[in-house]
Amino acid sequence: MTKMLVVDHLKCTGCRLCEVVCSVNKNGVSNPARARIAVIGWENICPGIPMMCQQCEMAPCMSVCPVGALTRDENIGRVSLNYDLCIGCKLCVAVCPFGAMGIDAAARRVIKCDLCDGDPMCVKFCETKALQFLDESQAKTAKMRLATTGLSELIRKFAIQ
Amino acid sequence: MQEQKIAYIDLSTGEIRTGHIPEKIRRMYLGGRGIAAYLLYNHVPERCDPLSPDNAFIVSAGLVGGTLAPSSGRCDLAAKSPLTGLLGSSNMGGFFAPELRFAGFDHLVIKGKANTPVYLWVHDGEIEIRDASHLWGKDTRETPSIIRKNHQDEEIKVMCIGEAGENLVHFANIITGTKNAAGRTGMGCVMGSKNLKAVAARGTRDVPISNPEKAFEQLERLSGMIRDNEVFKGFSIMGTLMFHEPSNIIGRLRVRNLLSNQDPAGESLYADKLEKLSIGMAACFGCTVHCRHRYIVPEGPCQGTYSEGPEWSTLGALGTELNVGRMEAILVGNHLLNKYGIDSLEFGSMLSWAIELYEKGIIDDVVTGGVKLDWGDEDMMYQMIEQIARREGLGDILADGPLRAIEKLGEETGFYNLHVKGMSLLHTDERATPAMALGVSTSTRGADHLRSRPGVDAISLPQETRDSLFGFAVPADFHSYEGSGKLVHWHELMFALSDALGVCKFQVFFLSPSTMSSDDYCKLVQYITGMELSPTEMMEAAERIYTMERMFNIREGAGRKDDYPPERYFVDPTPALGLPGFQGKTLDREKYEQQLDEYYQAHGWDNDGIPTPETIDNLGLAKEPTYII
Repeated sequence: MTKMLVVDHLKCTGCRLCEVVCSVNKNGVSNPARARIAVIGWENICPGIPMMCQQCEMAPCMSVCPVGALTRDENIGRVSLNYDLCIGCKLCVAVCPFGAMGIDAAARRVIKCDLCDGDPMCVKFCETKALQFLDESQAKTAKMRLATTGLSELIRKFAIQ
Repeated sequence: MQEQKIAYIDLSTGEIRTGHIPEKIRRMYLGGRGIAAYLLYNHVPERCDPLSPDNAFIVSAGLVGGTLAPSSGRCDLAAKSPLTGLLGSSNMGGFFAPELRFAGFDHLVIKGKANTPVYLWVHDGEIEIRDASHLWGKDTRETPSIIRKNHQDEEIKVMCIGEAGENLVHFANIITGTKNAAGRTGMGCVMGSKNLKAVAARGTRDVPISNPEKAFEQLERLSGMIRDNEVFKGFSIMGTLMFHEPSNIIGRLRVRNLLSNQDPAGESLYADKLEKLSIGMAACFGCTVHCRHRYIVPEGPCQGTYSEGPEWSTLGALGTELNVGRMEAILVGNHLLNKYGIDSLEFGSMLSWAIELYEKGIIDDVVTGGVKLDWGDEDMMYQMIEQIARREGLGDILADGPLRAIEKLGEETGFYNLHVKGMSLLHTDERATPAMALGVSTSTRGADHLRSRPGVDAISLPQETRDSLFGFAVPADFHSYEGSGKLVHWHELMFALSDALGVCKFQVFFLSPSTMSSDDYCKLVQYITGMELSPTEMMEAAERIYTMERMFNIREGAGRKDDYPPERYFVDPTPALGLPGFQGKTLDREKYEQQLDEYYQAHGWDNDGIPTPETIDNLGLAKEPTYII
């Protein structure tokens, strides 16, 4: 079963610990600018919206990569970036609709979420579980269940009547 | 080790220079409040006017700010205080300190005075003084948003003052984010006096982590400790408001200034009343506690505006001190205070003092400018917030803070004003809790519960746990004087450490005894900065920080005379409300003197509260000021 990174936007408190954890894990330093995840803050509106690679099936980054450095890795359910092939042209950065392809200015290379090879560190440290790494089928049913809570109650009442 | 820099900015000349912090200074003072104490002692000329260009305004990120340390977003702001004339020191959460570090700076020392309004633009190793004339008059919401728009960068973090700071309200605060405030000691007033509207930071630089693997292990352990903590479970849903109900039931609140210790109608402000109005919780940088409520202003001219809070101390200032018993009105008041940049604790205390004076006929309509001062009057409260922010009418008098306002309204009014060293007490009543009375009185920044919070944590613990935790005998009785001096001393050191590291007190001992120990502090510092300090060295650093703050106050003329709670605590007994131990209580003068002696001894200070030459020598402070940074 393929897993996916699921975000529950209502649970995010905007603490940005995921950014720190990601940047320390990947670079050994704390620097949100070099993290593969970003909590987009909307001050005076909402605490934050976590953004990272959506691991698209029809990924625009894959389509435009002239050297085939971006490929789908079905085992982990991700778009993998092969640094041995990457020439750093940044076309993928330009076409990603989410801004999820980033540039690590210090390392002079393109960066993206690699799901920590199947054990995402951001998920491990997210206290409110706004970030979860779930089986694809679970991601769907959990949300469906939540969405039908009110309806189920209504049906129960209706049945009693 | 640390690559971050310190910058010295002279707003009069426009000169900016930068430097590094030598490891010796780091080991002695760590960062945050510790480095701020050193900088104040070294950069503020003796007996200078707090509102003169000579005063130094310090922005200081914690030693482990913006890292894997839990909740490492705290920022310390310091200067000589216009409110007290002594140590000015305030601490805010949010995201500013980490951004300052990502921009390449740990500490800013700002002196002089700009000719016209300016703001500082700190970004990736650069600092610029920018024109802020278009920001003058804007509130704490508009200011950051205009700065971000001008720089076309929504990720910029801003700390700024509102109208209160511009108008030199002596207890004007500094706001970052929606409501994170460096509230106390009038740091916003100092910014206003320098024509400094804001500091904006944006950075993409690395903050090094010495041992990532170990730092991750430590974070996992510490956040697990927090998560499993009983206090956290309530705190993460109710925020600081969870303390309101138990405090009202036992009878340790300041109600209608100090006319009562319990509000029989207080239920209307219990945490569950916010449930309907709160739209969820938000967190500061890297914090798993997320204690900050989010809400939409439910009524009034700002209805529909997004806001955050209130903290328990704000709820108390408005709800119990002024006796405004409606949660919706508290939310409106909280929003207005933050918008104008006014310290809510000082506001509540000053206004409740004025109401009591008015009720007793000590001041009349001439003094109030025709405003009727009644308990629980919501509209009057809103009006006074605006009057204070704009220094109009009675607001102009109250905006001066306790010391000068008492001078203006007459010496006889002083008895009714609850302050220590010229800073107002919060909304709690310490007459029945001698250790806490000592703590708020000895605090280096004036009446305050965030310099120490003794007793509360000790009562429920078994004897053995208490002994091993504190290393000395502590009585289980809340009302005991015995051991108070040592208890306050111990808490002062622990709290100084969290402020120096830049870690929130809600991740440490303040929240619960089963959180970070001094050994954990050592490990955090080692894994994150690479600096190895033993628990003894760590506690010595805390003692050094506290003693240096004390030396600053002594130099400015403070002494034993300033370490007493309000006279009223010794004279007016609490009414027959609350638990039996809280009824009919006053502080015992003789016993208070004894616990003060014991407290001084614990610090190694003499009976006048002056650090002894041996203490100063042992802490390596004999040659201060040394002007190393």
